[in-house]
Amino acid sequence: MSSAHLFSSVQELAAALAGGRLSSVELTQACLARIRSVEGRVRACNSFDEPGALAQARESDARRAAGRARGPLDGIPVGLKDVIAVQGQPLTCSSRMLANYVSPYDATVAAKLKAAGAILLGRLNLDEFAMGSSTENSAFGPTANPWDLTRVPGGSSGGAAAAVAAGELPLALGSDTGGSIRQPAALCGIVGLKPTYGLVSRYGLAAYASSLDQIGPMGRSVADVALLLGAIAGHDPRDSTSLRAEVPDYGAELAVRRGPWRLGVPREFFGAGLDPEVGAAVQSAIAFYRSRGCEIREVSLPLAAEYAIAVYYLIATAEASSNLARYDGVRYGHRSAAAKDAVDLYFQSRAEGFGEEVKRRIILGTHVLSSGYYDAYYLRAQKVRALIRQEFVRVFQDCDALLSPTSPTAAFRLGEKSADPLAMYLTDIYTISVNLAGLPALSVPCGFTSAGLPVGLQIIGQPFQEAGLLAVAAAYEQAHAWKDRHPSL
Amino acid sequence: MSSNSDLNIDYVANLARLALTAAEKEKFARQLGDILQYVEKLKQVDVTGVEPMAHASPVYNVWEADAARAGLPVEEALRNAPAQRQHMIVVPKVVE
Repeated sequence: MSSAHLFSSVQELAAALAGGRLSSVELTQACLARIRSVEGRVRACNSFDEPGALAQARESDARRAAGRARGPLDGIPVGLKDVIAVQGQPLTCSSRMLANYVSPYDATVAAKLKAAGAILLGRLNLDEFAMGSSTENSAFGPTANPWDLTRVPGGSSGGAAAAVAAGELPLALGSDTGGSIRQPAALCGIVGLKPTYGLVSRYGLAAYASSLDQIGPMGRSVADVALLLGAIAGHDPRDSTSLRAEVPDYGAELAVRRGPWRLGVPREFFGAGLDPEVGAAVQSAIAFYRSRGCEIREVSLPLAAEYAIAVYYLIATAEASSNLARYDGVRYGHRSAAAKDAVDLYFQSRAEGFGEEVKRRIILGTHVLSSGYYDAYYLRAQKVRALIRQEFVRVFQDCDALLSPTSPTAAFRLGEKSADPLAMYLTDIYTISVNLAGLPALSVPCGFTSAGLPVGLQIIGQPFQEAGLLAVAAAYEQAHAWKDRHPSL
Repeated sequence: MSSNSDLNIDYVANLARLALTAAEKEKFARQLGDILQYVEKLKQVDVTGVEPMAHASPVYNVWEADAARAGLPVEEALRNAPAQRQHMIVVPKVVE
């Protein structure tokens, strides 16, 4: 397989596999060769299991030869953010705490991908325990942006976004708690979708903030992301927060949903702090929809714009401080050799196992839940969260979807924001309210800055309207050639 | 809402079972002070009569059939244990 196929769509790869022009072993070897050639610069993968991947590929080829191919993902390599369990593979969360952890079972999404015949290749880097917006918080070192190796890929699913953008893998799964799929997708010039809260099972996802976390697909086109979403969505009795929602054939829906749509533009998402080049690219995408007969309505989300970050950093850190209490050095994970006694084992194991941002969030979350502060911080944040959700419900009475920038800037430089946590938190200003309200949203490439850095358009939808959301994105994507540009590595 | 000077980092680090160095305490106290000052703005919102929202799903109680099913074999469940002996996790002595 020539390197010209590295950026092929999954549809093209599936057709080549079905037509016998390509084998899964050849495709997997091509991904492995690309990983070996660019990883020294991109550093997207924490680990990859070459013999295991080739064994899966041989099984896929054997199924196909016997006429038992399982569908369009059979034989296609998919990378997983290193927070999603695959039996027998490492699961590190990019933390020293879990540096030697090996998953004893499959996450539901991993089991579903295996059942679809996908090749689970590559454990992708992230900000430790998904806490960050640049992948610089990884205990194993930062991932670089394939478009400019001196810049961040975004985060926390930065390894997943960079691997897909660099042609190392055609598809990946990330997780999104406050923008961790959409923001790196925007900064790396790919498509990333955060599903409705409850559409995709989190069984086997290392928990960060459980009322916000969702697993979602990342790929180089809307159709590829639609295909991967269909493979992972659906109710799972092992995740009590997963809902019994109907899972349509998202790819087929793309062909029949053509608009025009009523599209809202939240005016507060275009204010101070938005880079002018990013704003111009998003405005020209809005003009495109208008030219296609869509009704563009200016809408207002004042509470989401002003308070979402404050609400998020109270709720997410509170939940994180509780979720991460399980890492105590007793049953699994890092255990300190320096502990004086049983209780000191907790203190020392956690001090040695966690990195700085994780410690900072545990401290903040513990404080806001502590006696005397709970009502003032956590409970109040939950009430403002309810008001933010109501604000979206009102706006969606007159709109099918909302359009905004995904991130206020294109990719920033490695180290640029790492000394100032609050400045880093503000990079999620347009994505965070979506998680608070439990809505689906995606980022689709909508141009490049003059420095050649990708810009993402965020499209926000109503709960369980992923099919419509994907159709709105596809209408834009088909009329533009952004996805045909690739980084030169 | 409380002022940022209320963050007692020693007290909170103890609750979180997290040993911090003097340098970490100094740095976190300053940074978290900034963040707590930032979240003060939530005081501006009138939340009278608003029900707190714990999560975004319209689900409340989820019941599962009380049926036995196979779990992980002991060897598998203990594979990641830092220290084990005779199918048990070894920990420092907890009683004198």
